[in-house]
Amino acid sequence: MTQDDLTIADPKMKAHGVDVFYGEKQAIKNVSIDVGTDLVTAFIGPSGCGKSTFLRSLNRMNDTVASAKVTGRIELDGEDIYAPSMDVVQLRARVGMVFQKPNPFPKSIYDNVGYGPRIHGLAPSKADLDVVVERALVRAGLWDEVKDRLAESGTALSGGQQQRLCIARAIAVDPEVILMDEPCSALDPIATAKIEELIHELRGKYAIVIVTHNMQQAARVSQRTAFFHLGTLVEYGKTTDIFTNPKQERTKDYITGRYG
Amino acid sequence: MTFNAAALLLLIAGLALIGWLAGRARSAMLAGRSGTKLHSRPQYHGWYVALWLFAPAALFLAIWSSVSPALVTNQVLATEAAQSLPAFGFERGAILSDARGVAEGKQPAVRLPAAAPLVKAYADAGEKYAWIGIAAMLALALAGGLYAFTRIKPDFRARTRVEKIVMLFLLLASLVAILTTFGIVLSLLFESIRFFRLVSPAELLFGTNWAPTSGAPQDDTFGGIPLFWGTVLIGAIIAMIVAIPIGMMTAVYLTQYAAPTVRKWVKPILEILAGVPTVVYGYFAALTVAPALRNFAVMLGIPNASTESALAAGIVMGVMIIPFVSSMADDSINAVPQSMRDGSLALGATPNETIRQVLIPAALPGVMGGILLAVSRAIGETMIVVMAAGLSANMTANPFASVTTVTAQIVKLLTGDQEFDSAKTLAAFALGLVLFIVTLLLNIVALRIVKKYREAYE
Repeated sequence: MTQDDLTIADPKMKAHGVDVFYGEKQAIKNVSIDVGTDLVTAFIGPSGCGKSTFLRSLNRMNDTVASAKVTGRIELDGEDIYAPSMDVVQLRARVGMVFQKPNPFPKSIYDNVGYGPRIHGLAPSKADLDVVVERALVRAGLWDEVKDRLAESGTALSGGQQQRLCIARAIAVDPEVILMDEPCSALDPIATAKIEELIHELRGKYAIVIVTHNMQQAARVSQRTAFFHLGTLVEYGKTTDIFTNPKQERTKDYITGRYG
Repeated sequence: MTFNAAALLLLIAGLALIGWLAGRARSAMLAGRSGTKLHSRPQYHGWYVALWLFAPAALFLAIWSSVSPALVTNQVLATEAAQSLPAFGFERGAILSDARGVAEGKQPAVRLPAAAPLVKAYADAGEKYAWIGIAAMLALALAGGLYAFTRIKPDFRARTRVEKIVMLFLLLASLVAILTTFGIVLSLLFESIRFFRLVSPAELLFGTNWAPTSGAPQDDTFGGIPLFWGTVLIGAIIAMIVAIPIGMMTAVYLTQYAAPTVRKWVKPILEILAGVPTVVYGYFAALTVAPALRNFAVMLGIPNASTESALAAGIVMGVMIIPFVSSMADDSINAVPQSMRDGSLALGATPNETIRQVLIPAALPGVMGGILLAVSRAIGETMIVVMAAGLSANMTANPFASVTTVTAQIVKLLTGDQEFDSAKTLAAFALGLVLFIVTLLLNIVALRIVKKYREAYE
């Protein structure tokens, strides 16, 4: 079986019958989806369709919103992540996240990347940490640009560099899944191209889920695409199929620009 | 007939009302007659007339009220009855004010016999100047009113003029506080200069012996260092050791852990704590904390423990400052964007690690600014130290000993019977000036830090 087959033999994450509520309002209705280990999965859909909400339930970031409630089952390697025995701190170390707006800490570039490994005790000595930081920055394609100024503040970088720093920060913890919530929406086209290139390079090393409202971007970077509309999962399949031969009328209307 | 400013003010206010009605009516009438549209609505024309009627007359009234008593006195002094007055000094003033009191009907009869012949002169002069003042004021009001009234035309821009005048009033209102501060600085400065003519600034700032005595200043008795040290020990060291950790922890709890209902109750209670009069804290320090600390110190075998101690004053002052520190820290932590917190949590950091390693460092500049403001409040605080810290100028690092502060000494120097121009009394102003400059600098630095930090996240 090739990895581009629709069926996913060994999914990294499985969601089944997931509902998400914000107070009284239901943001996600009965969504079931499998995320492949070596694939880039794109969530597309118009604004307010729930794609970011669903993404945030995959690493339990919705827990930080007091009124949010998630029901249904979400598994990481077969383990229920909403089970009482699940340690949310460890979960988030395994499922990293990159946000819409670059959010480097007001610390040095080195400390931004070193923050995760330090708190998780991944680098016992300074020399180990140096190696981890360098490897993460190399993987994020930022090393050559910042290697001579690691002590400078992360907030002094350009927007695109900041976002790659945030990716490096997530990689440094050595996660299994990386969730990206519209990572390019605050960036210019050149910086966007660099991030997309980076996603290509990271594919296979991590399971990647990317939320985007840019359909061309979804077509360029992903192998699987899920189309969300009004809190429901309308269609999920191979990216090539979704964009060339959608089965649902709503998907077709959306990708041909009828609405959204 | 006396000059009653309040009644006259009411009179011109009444005239202004008439002017307002007249101006409004005239503008409407003119517009109706010529069939053109008014530039400004009729009431603006009314306001324009009313302001022109009222403002110059009121200004004149204010000036006249302060000038006319001097004019009256001059005229009285020119009369024959005044020639027999003592030349200068206290007695002359007393006789004059006695006569004036009777003339203005504030007292039934003269107390000093020498004042009797002057009463009539005062009454005459008072009446004359009252009439002059009233006539001039009315003339001014009418002239202003007529001037404005004749300018009313349909295309007259009354609204823009009225708005300009209103803006001027607002500007004046905002200048009151600034000018008052300026006046305070000047008065402090003048009295301090008088002090520094007697004692050199270097002695006050760097001398180590504080034992001011009445009469001519003696060498080496106005050394401020013990006071400055006491102020720093209580306000900047002990109070901050109490206030900073507790205030920070309060802020962290309230911003990060507290349920919304808890926060809804605890925050207002803290704010009430900030409104407790400092004299109440002073009682608490002097009657409850200080004796308990003394007993504790005696138990530990600490020498020269006193019921008045730096520690008692400092601890209670720290408690007083807690709401201040916690609310500044609360604001700063809340100003750190949510995305920062999310970024840290998404890396698998615990809430505790997020607070210690991301939120507090990011909020630190704002917190530092808040702490500096708190220090400047603490060193200017008076009641607690007067009641609990004592008045003996000791240079000691022993927190159980009695020390004194700049503010406590100012109180001591200014209370009691003193001649007002002795070095001892004037020293209070010089100390006040030093305190003012230090707190001013602290506030400037603190506000700059806070402002710069706010900009960083906008």
